[in-house]
Amino acid sequence: MVPLSYYLVLSAILFACGIAGFLIKRNIITIFLSIELMLNGVNLSFVAFAAQLNKLEGHIFVFFVMVVAAAEAAVGLAIIIAVFRTRETLNVDRVNLLRL
Amino acid sequence: MSMHLWIIPLLPLTGAAINGLLGKRFPKALVNTIALGFTAAAFLMALWVAMQFAGLSPDQVPHIERYATWLSAGSFSAEYGIYLDQLSLIMLLVVTGVGFLIHVYSVGYMAHEGGYYRYFAYLNIFMFFMLTLVLANNYLLMFVGWEGVGLASYLLIGFWFLKKSAADAGKKAFITNRVGDFGFLIALFLLIKHFGTLQYESLAKLVSQHPVESAGAGLLTAIGLLMLVGATGKSAQIPLYVWLPDAMEGPTPVSALIHAATMVTAGVYMVARSSPIFDRAPDARLAVAVIGTLTAIFAASIGIVQTDIKKVLAYSTISQLGYMFMACGVADYIGGIFHLMTHAFFKGLLFLAAGSIIHGLGGEQDMRHMGGLRKYLPYTFWSMTVATFAIAGLPPFAGFFSKDRILWSAWSSGNHIIWLVGVVTAGMTSFYMFRLWFLTFFGEYRGPNPETAGHGHDADAQHAGDHGHGAPHESPWVMVVPLMILALLSAVGGWVGVPHSLHGSDHFEAFLAPVFQAASAGTVASEPASEAGGSSTELIFSAISVGLVALGFLLAWYLYYKRPDLPARMAKAAGGLYTLVLDKYKIDELYGAVIIQPLIALSTNVFWKGIDRGLIDRAVDDGAEGALETSDAVRHMQSGNIRSYAGWVAVGATAVIAFMVWRGLR
Repeated sequence: MVPLSYYLVLSAILFACGIAGFLIKRNIITIFLSIELMLNGVNLSFVAFAAQLNKLEGHIFVFFVMVVAAAEAAVGLAIIIAVFRTRETLNVDRVNLLRL
Repeated sequence: MSMHLWIIPLLPLTGAAINGLLGKRFPKALVNTIALGFTAAAFLMALWVAMQFAGLSPDQVPHIERYATWLSAGSFSAEYGIYLDQLSLIMLLVVTGVGFLIHVYSVGYMAHEGGYYRYFAYLNIFMFFMLTLVLANNYLLMFVGWEGVGLASYLLIGFWFLKKSAADAGKKAFITNRVGDFGFLIALFLLIKHFGTLQYESLAKLVSQHPVESAGAGLLTAIGLLMLVGATGKSAQIPLYVWLPDAMEGPTPVSALIHAATMVTAGVYMVARSSPIFDRAPDARLAVAVIGTLTAIFAASIGIVQTDIKKVLAYSTISQLGYMFMACGVADYIGGIFHLMTHAFFKGLLFLAAGSIIHGLGGEQDMRHMGGLRKYLPYTFWSMTVATFAIAGLPPFAGFFSKDRILWSAWSSGNHIIWLVGVVTAGMTSFYMFRLWFLTFFGEYRGPNPETAGHGHDADAQHAGDHGHGAPHESPWVMVVPLMILALLSAVGGWVGVPHSLHGSDHFEAFLAPVFQAASAGTVASEPASEAGGSSTELIFSAISVGLVALGFLLAWYLYYKRPDLPARMAKAAGGLYTLVLDKYKIDELYGAVIIQPLIALSTNVFWKGIDRGLIDRAVDDGAEGALETSDAVRHMQSGNIRSYAGWVAVGATAVIAFMVWRGLR
């Protein structure tokens, strides 16, 4: 059996990739994908622990996260489309009307 | 039986409140009515009180009225109360009577001035504080009045505050008085510490158990000397007299009321009121006499050469106050108060007459530009003549009796040097007063506008505003009538104190004696000597002083009437000495160099630049700059860029996790 630490390292790498993408990328959709990547990194550690400890809660949490991520994807994509329609760009640095 | 004495001081206060708060919108006539009405009411009530007082039996005097406890701290308490004995009754009558006359006079004198309501509000508030001062039944309440009259004096000296010299003079008076008040206040602290009370009657009882401090200094000597410091400030004695000549920047009626008749005599009143203390501290009392004597001759010598009519009178006031201190210092408090009263009449009159001249000449104060005014201002001339005779000490005018009494007390108490200086000063007084008289009223008019330039307007014509008028003219009736009343008082005011040696009955002494007899019980007897000395000796001494007065008159007559060219030549011959006296012995310059400049330098370099700017301001500035720099360094974190925030969150989270991991590994 693959030891727990492998899952956790992979989960951390996925999460770190998500953070890096979130911070570095300018395209809103890429940022959005990075968020999904972070969520899934967390999901991976949840299921890894659940399997290790033989508990059900981790699985349930993962389902919750997936549901929320799906809802977020729906709302988030709608917002992105709305932004693109008005601003004609997906570059977050130029969506800064509220900045002082 | 209560006489409701509290009403008396409150009457002028009411007038001051009404005029001061609302007077700006009132017409002049209404301001007059209020100011004069309340002052007149106070005077009438004072007369009524005097009549009631006459009906009291000797054991009902002093008549003390207590109204409320003002403050109490531990075993010490001070109250609102009024102390009416013969001494405060005389002060009450002088203050309200002369005060009322000067209010009336002011109506004419100030008719063309701006700030009319302000002037009368100040004058009324002065009356309130002065009455508080003389009627209080404890030193603390007296001190309130004492400070209050100082405030009123400051406000009125600086009445024309747009004129820098006037504003400076007010400031000088106030600050000089602070020095004296400091001494007075410490005297009060000593009294509280050692006797636990400031009430006159309980203090008199406690002090009378104290032995006379004849050999060396003690507590009472210290208190007496500190009180003297206070009195030198308020009553313009050496070394704190310097403010009074400058105080002449104020309107002339103010000079008459505050700086001649009433406020400056507060020091004399205080010393007389403290006679139980001074009687048991002969050294302190001697200091009073010495200060008074020195001041008398010193100020008189300056008065001889001054050319400004008000300055002459100012130095004369200082000199006469010196006489009063001289009297108190040789334990003749009655003589001091007697001179205080007659001085209030004749010096008030002299100032008012001088004001009338200044008014009639459109603001001219230099006697070298006067002369021959006898025919232009006849009423002023005659009343001023009476006052001049009175202050010079010619019998039977008021000043003769009071001044002679003081000189005789000085001699009979064994202080022969004091007597000698006093008598010489009497001659000098006569000289400078008749010099003023001759320069002003005799000879030819030396003013800038000869009579031909006049456009023939009469006494009370409406010479509105401009005051650039031609011929000198007599003042309106509202100014002349107070002059006449005061002239009458200056003439006959001394008759209440005709000494026994002149076959008089000396009502004044008999009236005041109980105040000081009770106080000096158990001290060294210094008073009966005047009886023992024999009336013929007293008459000889009177003759000597009158002779010197006559000499002063003749000298003034010769120099300023017969040979008016001589004084200038003599001044040239005297050279440096003359300039020195003309410059008032450069005392102002001396004080400036020794006290004021070092103080300013200390304040500028240490307190202002060193402590205030260097320490306090620096601390605040550095704090602000530090905050600014820190904020400047930190504010770049808040860029407004969402992803940089996220980056900071990531950094923070990493730090927290690293910390937790490190803790876990340890």
